[in-house]
Amino acid sequence: MRFLHHLFVHYSNIGRRSVLGVPYLWLLIFFAIPFFILLRISLTDMGNQLDPFSPIVIFINDSWTIHTKIDNYISLFLDEENIFGKTIYIESYLLSFKYAFLTTLFCLLIGYPFSYYLARSNPASRPVLLLLVMVPFWTSFLLRVYAWKGILADQGIVNNLLIFIGIIQDPIQLLYTDFSMLIGMTYVYLPFMILPLYANLVKLDIRLLEASQDLGASSWKTFWLITVPLSRSGIVAGSMLVFIPCLGEFVIPSLLGGAENVMIGRVVWDEMFSSNNWPRASALAITMIVCVILPLSIYNQRLSNKVNAELNK
Amino acid sequence: MKVSNFSRHLSSIWLGTVYLFLYAPLLFLVVFSFNSTRQDSIFTGFSFRWYQALANDSRIVDGFCLSLEIALITATLSVVLGTLASYSIVRFSNFKCRTLFISMLNAPLVMPEVIIGLSLLLLFVGSQRLIGWPDRGAMTIVLGHTLLGIAYASVVIQSRFKEMDMSIEEAAMDLGSYPYQVFFLVTLPNISQSLIAAWLLTFTLSFDDVVISEFLSGPGITTLPQVIFSYARRGVNPSIYAAATILMFVVTVGIIYLGLITARKNKNTRY
Repeated sequence: MRFLHHLFVHYSNIGRRSVLGVPYLWLLIFFAIPFFILLRISLTDMGNQLDPFSPIVIFINDSWTIHTKIDNYISLFLDEENIFGKTIYIESYLLSFKYAFLTTLFCLLIGYPFSYYLARSNPASRPVLLLLVMVPFWTSFLLRVYAWKGILADQGIVNNLLIFIGIIQDPIQLLYTDFSMLIGMTYVYLPFMILPLYANLVKLDIRLLEASQDLGASSWKTFWLITVPLSRSGIVAGSMLVFIPCLGEFVIPSLLGGAENVMIGRVVWDEMFSSNNWPRASALAITMIVCVILPLSIYNQRLSNKVNAELNK
Repeated sequence: MKVSNFSRHLSSIWLGTVYLFLYAPLLFLVVFSFNSTRQDSIFTGFSFRWYQALANDSRIVDGFCLSLEIALITATLSVVLGTLASYSIVRFSNFKCRTLFISMLNAPLVMPEVIIGLSLLLLFVGSQRLIGWPDRGAMTIVLGHTLLGIAYASVVIQSRFKEMDMSIEEAAMDLGSYPYQVFFLVTLPNISQSLIAAWLLTFTLSFDDVVISEFLSGPGITTLPQVIFSYARRGVNPSIYAAATILMFVVTVGIIYLGLITARKNKNTRY
C-alpha cells in the first residue's frame, strides 16, 4: 500500500496526463487511422494477386510520386447498368434511403400517438409502461428479428390465421418482400422513436392545451396547432435516431429481405468478401459515411442556430 | 380538461396494440420453443426437446462461452476507458484538439457498424502484414466492440460527471488528500451507479453484436450471435427459440432485480 502510494504521488503528473492520453491514443489508433486507411484504399486500384490494393506512393524515375485515382467513386455511377439505367450501387443507395425513410415514417405514425397517450396516462403506471417499451431493447436484437421470420413464413402464423379467417385461400408470400423488411425495421427501431418523443411530450404544459380549448379550438385543431409544433424537437430527434441506423442496416435485410432488397451494408460486404474488390468496398463505405454525416450535420447546424437564437433573445 | 369517452378508448386501444406488436414476437419465441415438432405455426404439444438439442449443440455452447468472455472483457475495458474519456471531457476544459477528441469519441454512435467493421478489418490486416500481429480472433473482436462500447459508456458516465458536486472533491483536496486518493475515494464511489449502468449496457451491446464480429473474427472463432445468424439464414430452427427464451428469462429477472434495488434505494433516501 505504501509502495503504491509513493508510486502514485511520485508519478502523479504522468497519471494526470494518461487520464487523457490513454483514451486519446486509443481513439487515434482504432478510429482515426482505420478511417485514413479506408480513405487511402478507396483511392487506389485493385492490386495484383498478392496485394488486394496497389500502393499509393510509387517510386518512378528516381522520385516518389503520389498516385491516386477517383475511379472507384466514378465507377459507382458508371459501372454496368441494369435495365433501369442504374448501377447496382446507386440502386442499393436509393433502396437504403427508401427503406430508411419509410421506416422513419411508420415509426412516427405508430410512435407519435403512442407517446402522446403514454404521456397522458396515469402517472403512477407510467414508469412501468415505459419500462415495458425498453425491455425488448435489452433482449437480443438478432433473435427478435429472427422471430419475424417464423411469424411471416409461408406456413407461419400470419398466413395460417389469414387462411383460417378466410381472407385468402393459399399462403401469400410475406417473407423476403418489402413488407417483411419494413415490418422488421419498424419493429426494431420503434422504441428509438418512442423514447425521445415521450420525453418531449411529457413535459408539454397542459395549460396551453386548456387555453386553446377555452378559446374555442376543437381538440383536433389544438393537437395540430399546439401539440405538434411544440414537440418538433422530439420528432426530429426520434427521426434521426431511426433514420441513421436504418441506412446502414445489415442484419434485417439479410434475414427478412429477398434478393431484390439489397441495402448498402450488404453491397459493401459482398464487394469485400465475394468480389475481393477492396478499393471499391472502401469507396462505397466512404460514400456511405458522407450519406450519414450529411443529414446529421444539417441537424446539428439547425440545433446550434436555434441555441444561438435563444441566446440572442 | 375534459377527455371524451371516445378518446379514452382510442388511447387504450392504441397503447394495447403497440404493446402487442412489441411483445408478439417475444411471445412467439417462448411458446414455440416448447413445441414438440419443428412446426412453427401450430402448437403440437409441450416438450423440452429443443432445450436438449440446444445443450447438445456444441457450436452454440462454445459460441455462448466465447461471447460471454468477449462481452466481459469488452464491458470492463469500455467502462475503464469511458471513465477516463468522460473525466477528461468534463474536467479538462481545454486541451489540444478537444473537438477532435469529442467527435472521435462520439462518431461510432452514428457510424454504421458495417463501416466500423470494415475499417478495423483493414487496420488489422495492414498491421498483420507489417508486424505480423494481431491474428484475427477473439482479441480483434474485443477491440472492435470496445470502440463502440467506449462511445456508449462515456455518454452514460459523462452525464453523471456533469451533475456531480465538485465541492466534495475540493473538500477532500483541502483536507490533504492526494489527487489519486480523491479520484479513487471520492470521485469513483460517487459515479459508481453510472459505471454499473455503462457496464451493463456495453455488456449487452457486445453480447448481442453480430456485424462487427462477422468482420473481425478469424477462422474457427464464432460468437453466439454469429452462430445464430448463420442458423437463421438457413431457415427455422427451434433450438434458437429455446436459446432466446433462456436469454429473455435472464434479462427479465435481471431487470426486475435491478428495478427492486433502485426502488428500495429511492425509498431509503427519501426518509
